[in-house]
Amino acid sequence: MIRTLFLALLFSLAALAPAYTVRPDEVLADPQLESRARAISSELRCMVCQNQSIDDSDAPLARDLRLLVRERLSAGDSDSAIRAFLTARYGDFILLRPPLKLETALLWVGPGVIFLLVALLLLRRHYKKEDVAGAELTTEERAELAAVLSSKDEARRSAG
Amino acid sequence: MIVEIGHYALVLAFVLALFQATVPLIGMRLGDARLMQSARSVALAQFAFVVLAYAALTYAHVVSDFSLVNVYENSHSAKPLVYKISGVWGNHEGSMLLWVLVLSICGASVALFSRIMPEPLRAGALGVQGWIGAAFLLFVLATSNPFARFAEAPLEGRDLNPILQDPGLAIHPPLLYFGYVGFSVTFSFAAAALISGRIDAGWALIVRPWVLAAWMFLTLGIAMGSYWAYYTLGWGGFWFWDPVENASLMPWLAGTALLHCMSVMQKRDALKIWTIFLAILAFSLSLLGTFLVRSGVLTSVHAFANDPARGVFILAILVLFIGGALILFAVRANALQAGCVFAPVSREGALVLNNLVLTCACATVFIGTLYPLALEAVTGEKISVGAPYFNLTFIPLCLPLALAMPFGQQLAWKRGTLLGAAQRLTIAAGCAFVASAALALAKGGPVLSIIAAGLAIFLIIGSFADVIARSFRGPGHVLARAFGMPRSAWATSIAHAGMGLTILGLASTGWGVEEIVRMQPGQAVAVGPYELTTTSIVPGKGPNFEQTVAHTLIRAGGVTVAEIDPAQRFYPVRQMSRAEAGIATLGLGQVYMSVAEVNHDGSIDARLYWKPIVVLIWIGALVMAAGGLLSLSDRRIGFAYVARARRRAAPPIAQAAE
Repeated sequence: MIRTLFLALLFSLAALAPAYTVRPDEVLADPQLESRARAISSELRCMVCQNQSIDDSDAPLARDLRLLVRERLSAGDSDSAIRAFLTARYGDFILLRPPLKLETALLWVGPGVIFLLVALLLLRRHYKKEDVAGAELTTEERAELAAVLSSKDEARRSAG
Repeated sequence: MIVEIGHYALVLAFVLALFQATVPLIGMRLGDARLMQSARSVALAQFAFVVLAYAALTYAHVVSDFSLVNVYENSHSAKPLVYKISGVWGNHEGSMLLWVLVLSICGASVALFSRIMPEPLRAGALGVQGWIGAAFLLFVLATSNPFARFAEAPLEGRDLNPILQDPGLAIHPPLLYFGYVGFSVTFSFAAAALISGRIDAGWALIVRPWVLAAWMFLTLGIAMGSYWAYYTLGWGGFWFWDPVENASLMPWLAGTALLHCMSVMQKRDALKIWTIFLAILAFSLSLLGTFLVRSGVLTSVHAFANDPARGVFILAILVLFIGGALILFAVRANALQAGCVFAPVSREGALVLNNLVLTCACATVFIGTLYPLALEAVTGEKISVGAPYFNLTFIPLCLPLALAMPFGQQLAWKRGTLLGAAQRLTIAAGCAFVASAALALAKGGPVLSIIAAGLAIFLIIGSFADVIARSFRGPGHVLARAFGMPRSAWATSIAHAGMGLTILGLASTGWGVEEIVRMQPGQAVAVGPYELTTTSIVPGKGPNFEQTVAHTLIRAGGVTVAEIDPAQRFYPVRQMSRAEAGIATLGLGQVYMSVAEVNHDGSIDARLYWKPIVVLIWIGALVMAAGGLLSLSDRRIGFAYVARARRRAAPPIAQAAE
């Protein structure tokens, strides 16, 4: 409850003080450092926003974090050192690309596993069906086949 | 008084929905034609009452009746009329009423436009539709009543959220809802088919127009939402992998798979289980989307409803319908006849691959969207799953589909040859290769953009390889044969090419230019091939906002090609500011300017962009929808087929199964 109120307060403050995204006075003089800063901050979550990176966010906290990232970059920190520093301070919540850990294992391998499972299922079904197809036709099936063959031209015309 | 009539009409609509949910289904069970036929008139009556309720709420908004809680909280007497009308669905209660309205429109359409379908199927579908209607009408009446009154009416309203005061609000939600809710029709038909145990090519023909229509609306709705976000949120992004966007993407992916599956079922009587499963999946994901957006369970840009009671109610609806449908599916699916046999390399095989990729893409979006919620519920740990995750998983899964799409079109039904398909696609592949090489030389990177652009060009040209080759084959004049081809063949080509255009537009984002600058009036700033000069920065006043407008000239080689007026707006009632971007479309590219701050010394902080061929992203979506429309107009084959299917009168599958 208190957290909700707190968040609501933060949002209304953010609305009162518009300070949009990256501003000219934040941009670093060294274009290489600046592009690294942009890359890092586009993968960091704005903690008080709704699913925005600090690079996109207009919240004051996001600006503070952008300045912090640029400060550490200017001080010579590596990208991973900056991420580690921020994760230690704010937890994994700040990373828009979640790290691969036991808790996130399903998240990262899930899509691949599902793809393989469905593919396997389809292949199995297919080969099962081929076995069936190899069997003798029943009289009913023969009749059906004859019907299909007679309407073959029709089907071909509408097959698109 | 009018408001009370509206409220009462809504209650009556609920009662009618209960009737529609029971009587036709009983009739279907007993084989009683009169009970079954009642479904049509009840669906129409329910539609009339929901329209009445909706009109009453719109009336209250238009005349600014602040004695209504809903109007007080979301309107203002000074708000422009168009936003008073579209503002009806710019809030939780109103948007749920719009949901119910669209649902009743769908029900009435099934009652009116489906003369050719067998009576039990229509009764079953309308019966299931009645269940959905009853559930959501009860939801509106019990937890989200838009007609609630104050004892003492306030004098002035609190105005609509400024971000929503935009033409986008007038267009985006209705389109999206027609897409979402349109899939309820396919869901109802699938459920009716499972209940009656009769599913054949005729069923696919009856249902196909509904899938096409829902898919078209959803395509347009998503594209419109994306363009709205692009121009309104002020930093030039158009897709954020926001949970609410994902909620609309998931039914689109399932619906796209369903659309393709339908064509197999219609022409080859195969892939029945897939078709029924996808029909259930598409609407289940629409329901999930409604749950995610309406319950406020995800904190995201779009979630403006925050009431746990509502969340639990929608969750119950979700469980009831998805669970019920899946149980029905599990019980009945085994009774579905196995379809025709086909080789792995065939049109059917390609469409199975399409199903595989699209459902897995859908599952990826599902996992990424819901994983943080699930993890927090289980361990209490909070993580974020943002754009980088989806870019790493979704794109590698889906991009190869662009390569497979033209091949799929080239393959024959039943058994095709990859080599033959490849031979027919050499021109397209050659063009794609040359284009990629040229881009690599001219731009140097990024690699993903070059690959995507090459694939897009292969897809655009390859989509037409089939229809063009067929036009040049056989007797008669080329044009006569081209126009004589079934419209659905052209529709496929056009829709696929639309996808190619969208991918090309997405690829082009890699070559955009961005400048973040402090601009003095009169100072020229180069952005890509253009030069921007802000000539004046003047304050102004709108109906319910104050603004500072930065009038800016765009020059190319010293000649003024366009003028834009980006502004910083302030809405006093809500105490909110927002940037109104200035956008000039030059060719297929856009110059985009957003004012972040007006400084005391008279300068402005601005973000300037040049986005080459960015418009293709949305044009592609329009072209896809146009393909859908063309396919929808191809009715000759459809009706003839249904008539034949009815004459054949296939035996119920419960007996035919082994």
